[in-house]
Amino acid sequence: MPKKTVIPFGPQHPILPEPIHLDLVLEDEKVVDALPSIGYVHRGLEKLVEKREFTEYVYVIERICGICSFIHGLSYCQAIEEIMGIDVPERARFIRTMGSEYSRTHSHLLILGCIADGMGFENLFMGLWKARERVLNRMEESFGGRIIQGTCKIGGVKKDITGETLDKMIIELDAIDREMKEMTEILLKDDAVRHRLKKVGYISRDDAYHLGAVGPTARGSGVRIDMRERGYAAYDKIKFAPVLESGGDCYARTAVRVGELFQSTDIIRQCIRKMPDGPTETKVIGNPSGEYASRVEQPRGEAVHYAKANGTRYLSRFRIRTPTFANIPPLVEMLRGCELADVPVIILSMDPCISCTER
Amino acid sequence: MSYFQMLKTTIKTLLSRPATLMYPKKPAQKFKSTRGKIEIDIERCIFCGNCQRKCPCVAICVDRNERTWEIDRYRCVICNCCVEVCPVKCLRCDNDYTKPSTEANVKDKFKQQKPQ
Repeated sequence: MPKKTVIPFGPQHPILPEPIHLDLVLEDEKVVDALPSIGYVHRGLEKLVEKREFTEYVYVIERICGICSFIHGLSYCQAIEEIMGIDVPERARFIRTMGSEYSRTHSHLLILGCIADGMGFENLFMGLWKARERVLNRMEESFGGRIIQGTCKIGGVKKDITGETLDKMIIELDAIDREMKEMTEILLKDDAVRHRLKKVGYISRDDAYHLGAVGPTARGSGVRIDMRERGYAAYDKIKFAPVLESGGDCYARTAVRVGELFQSTDIIRQCIRKMPDGPTETKVIGNPSGEYASRVEQPRGEAVHYAKANGTRYLSRFRIRTPTFANIPPLVEMLRGCELADVPVIILSMDPCISCTER
Repeated sequence: MSYFQMLKTTIKTLLSRPATLMYPKKPAQKFKSTRGKIEIDIERCIFCGNCQRKCPCVAICVDRNERTWEIDRYRCVICNCCVEVCPVKCLRCDNDYTKPSTEANVKDKFKQQKPQ
């Protein structure tokens, strides 16, 4: 029986975009168990809800995460709108859908680039991030910020997108698609990449379901969970089907993300085609009273925003269940039985976003 | 065998122009709607203090008696909230970013000249 060794992995590690700590229990080079611990970037942002007015808190909620900020804002606004019974104008719903999909595209390109970087494939990493830069430029031009757009507000969106910008978006989307296709084909077809991703970090469909996996981690194992199918914002007027893979390994999860990249650009095109005219916001009168749990699909999976209001300008409770938090138990399951050298790729294939998780 | 899939792209990028800018020699790409930093037309300010009350990161300090308006550039998260609540619209968002500094706090103070 080989001797067991414990190796600390993180919180500072070259491949980790954000600090997560794992105690890896090894037998020779094989990981037999992993003990995660989080709490390095806790900022107490949920508590801050008691000190900021409910209309101003949206600025705080957008800054919880540096990658999926738009969808956090959207989810918070949805929760408050449901409590107050506000009907959001149709055009605002479409702009919110477009913003969500742009966020998803840049987030997926970021993590695919990080996966390439984790394998030491620097060329591919730069290529993917070059494509991401085009997406960020479009976001900056239409919403005002590269990542934190600050567009969502309670009752609609702050900024309307002009017809001229929409025309430019369509032209640019083709270029983005071309660039993404060139890079993702290399990612999925190159043998050097396939050797690093295939049959690594396997999780079965049952395990993924019972351990509560969400997002591409669940869909990579064949579990059909996609909150967009519930039809929030304008998703009920958009035609799309969740991207599913049955492999359950790192390659399947990467393939789901690649599929979603092209699905996102398709959804943006549909939004531009179907965008109705009209106002982009309704006036908010009074204070919220009641509670609501809003569920949205973030790039990493399902996020739940729970808000409880007591009729004053300040909410009494706010809570977020982020997708990475739900994906940590499946991650531990994936790590069991893998080689030590595969740990970075497995962690990245789950797309950890620790700032969201710890708030 | 599908090794060296990247080779074609690599040769193509090697022969084409660089995708990056020679910053700061060449200025970075800017858009009209970019939120860069908050600017004030101090002579039009009525010192109501709305921007100070609504600021989510407590970066603005308004003094009615001294007739000054102060902003901590590194506390400000450029959320545009003050611009939206300003009743006389003397605040605006410039598309140029705050310059980097070695100081921890960069405070810009604006003082209104008292009317003659």
